Amino acid sequence: MPAISVQSLSKTYHVADKQPGLVGTARHFLNRKHRRIEAVKEVSFDIAPGEIVGFLGPNGAGKTTTLKMLTGLIHPSAGTVDVLGHEPFKRRADYLRQITLVMGNKQQMIWDLPPMDSLQVNAAVYSIPEKEAQQRIDGFAELLGLKEELTQPVRKLSLGQRMKCELVAALLHHPKVLFLDEPTLGLDVNAQTAVRKFLKEYNDQHQASILLTSHYMADITALCRRVVVIHKGTILYDGSLDGVIERFAPLREVKLDLAEPVDDAALRPYGEIESNDGRTARLLVQREQLTQTVGRLLGEQQVEDLTVTDPPIEDVIARLFESGEEDEEEEVATDEHG
Amino acid sequence: MTALTPRTLRVYLTTFYALMVEYRAEIFLWAIATSLPLIMMGVWVEAAGSESFPGFTPLDAARYFIAVFVVRQITICWVIHDFEWLVVSGKLSPMLLHPIDPIVRFILVHISEHGARLPFGVLLVVLCFVIVPDALLGNEQQPGAWVPAWWRILLALVASYGAFLLRFIIQYTTALCAFWIERVSALDGINYLPYIFLSGLTVPIHLLPDGVQQVILWTPFPYMLWFPAQLIAAPAEQITAGFVIRGFGTLAGWGGAVFLVNRWLWRRGLKHYSAMGA
Repeated sequence: MPAISVQSLSKTYHVADKQPGLVGTARHFLNRKHRRIEAVKEVSFDIAPGEIVGFLGPNGAGKTTTLKMLTGLIHPSAGTVDVLGHEPFKRRADYLRQITLVMGNKQQMIWDLPPMDSLQVNAAVYSIPEKEAQQRIDGFAELLGLKEELTQPVRKLSLGQRMKCELVAALLHHPKVLFLDEPTLGLDVNAQTAVRKFLKEYNDQHQASILLTSHYMADITALCRRVVVIHKGTILYDGSLDGVIERFAPLREVKLDLAEPVDDAALRPYGEIESNDGRTARLLVQREQLTQTVGRLLGEQQVEDLTVTDPPIEDVIARLFESGEEDEEEEVATDEHG
Repeated sequence: MTALTPRTLRVYLTTFYALMVEYRAEIFLWAIATSLPLIMMGVWVEAAGSESFPGFTPLDAARYFIAVFVVRQITICWVIHDFEWLVVSGKLSPMLLHPIDPIVRFILVHISEHGARLPFGVLLVVLCFVIVPDALLGNEQQPGAWVPAWWRILLALVASYGAFLLRFIIQYTTALCAFWIERVSALDGINYLPYIFLSGLTVPIHLLPDGVQQVILWTPFPYMLWFPAQLIAAPAEQITAGFVIRGFGTLAGWGGAVFLVNRWLWRRGLKHYSAMGA
């Protein structure tokens, strides 16, 4: 039985539409107009217990709206959501005790007090015995490298330290499902690595299901085997991370170190030239022609070294989003002509 | 298992108390900001001295407004401003994910602040007694120190917290409109204006003409200040069983009715909530 099951989930917002300028303001005051925004359209997916899924999409794709519906913060306009056997928007206490939401751009810590005060509030609210709560805090603090930070006012902590404390607060009650919305937003590389490592260890120890949104592909590649890609409220892809590359990156990159300088004309028959400074060249080669092309290069050119790599995952995802845009444009064009 | 346990209450109260005393100067300024009753005391001591209000002496005026000042320290409420900010900024969302209704947190934040404000309030009351020593010690016309009976102090304390809960629930219910109209603090004027004039903050209700008094006593406002203040300040013969029963009955009636509306609005509001910015 999946930990999270989402069927045909949709959310439509009604937002005020105001034109700029004095006339627009007067019209907005006298006759307020609203328009409908379909933030999420017919989204369906399941997440198994213990599974970590990357939830990807550009800004405004519908990721956060989906997370809000899964946590129960907002009601869906249509469709069904089941998380650990609960309908989230009923917000029953026994459901809320099993989930958590971490938002990189929002905090639950009390700004003017040390994190320890907020942690004690959470321990009481989640009915964690005081001794056990202290053990959990110590354990998490050790994993995240927190010490004096827990007794300093939150406002005096760095962004990375605050996010680590937020994670301790969010996971203190050992939730079974984690909704993580940009948990590494704005953090430096070391802090990002620490957060990823901490989440991996938590997942290993507690078999928690994690739905993670992040614009940092390093988060996704470090933690997720599966990704769900959403664009303009619709799911574009749901499958393995490797599958994204297979499906949306038909080209592979071949890097050549050559014994003698070779001009572009000589390399063009092998593939699309990305760069060529004479002795070192980068070519993009169709995946299905890779073996044959590499054989030809080795036979026909004086190759000292040759490496084959996948294009960076960031490029693949960007290409995927672009394909979403193109599909939509085609649909619009079809609608206009049909 | 409910999250509302004695431990939760204790931790909330101590944490919010710590939060409130973080800025000591601010608390002193808050206490000063609620000193309107002390200004009114000066005005009414003068007015009572002119014998325009038979039976209401300058000493009565001083004791009444000092009592109003003390009750006001316990009944100050600002939940509408907090709630509006939480909804508009999206910071309400983390609270909604805790297995405890945010109303508990809001009430305890207020009670913690009242506790933090207490020493400054006591200081201002002592200052009043220094300025108007007759209010404490009595004078030739009204001899005897102002030491209310213990049961009157107890009733006044319970009535003051009842008054706070009534003020809180009315303001919080208005605040819930933030789910629909966002900038909800403007609506607070609907409550605040009648509160100023009908609660006994500026005019003691018992000095108003009988007809007006009878109408006002059906509204919730006199029970937010005048009723608890009278329990400690009025002459003993005015504190009858009927006065006490009517006071607490009206507090409970209004409080209960508004609470039902509050819960209905809360459920409807959550369905409408879009978790802005979060």
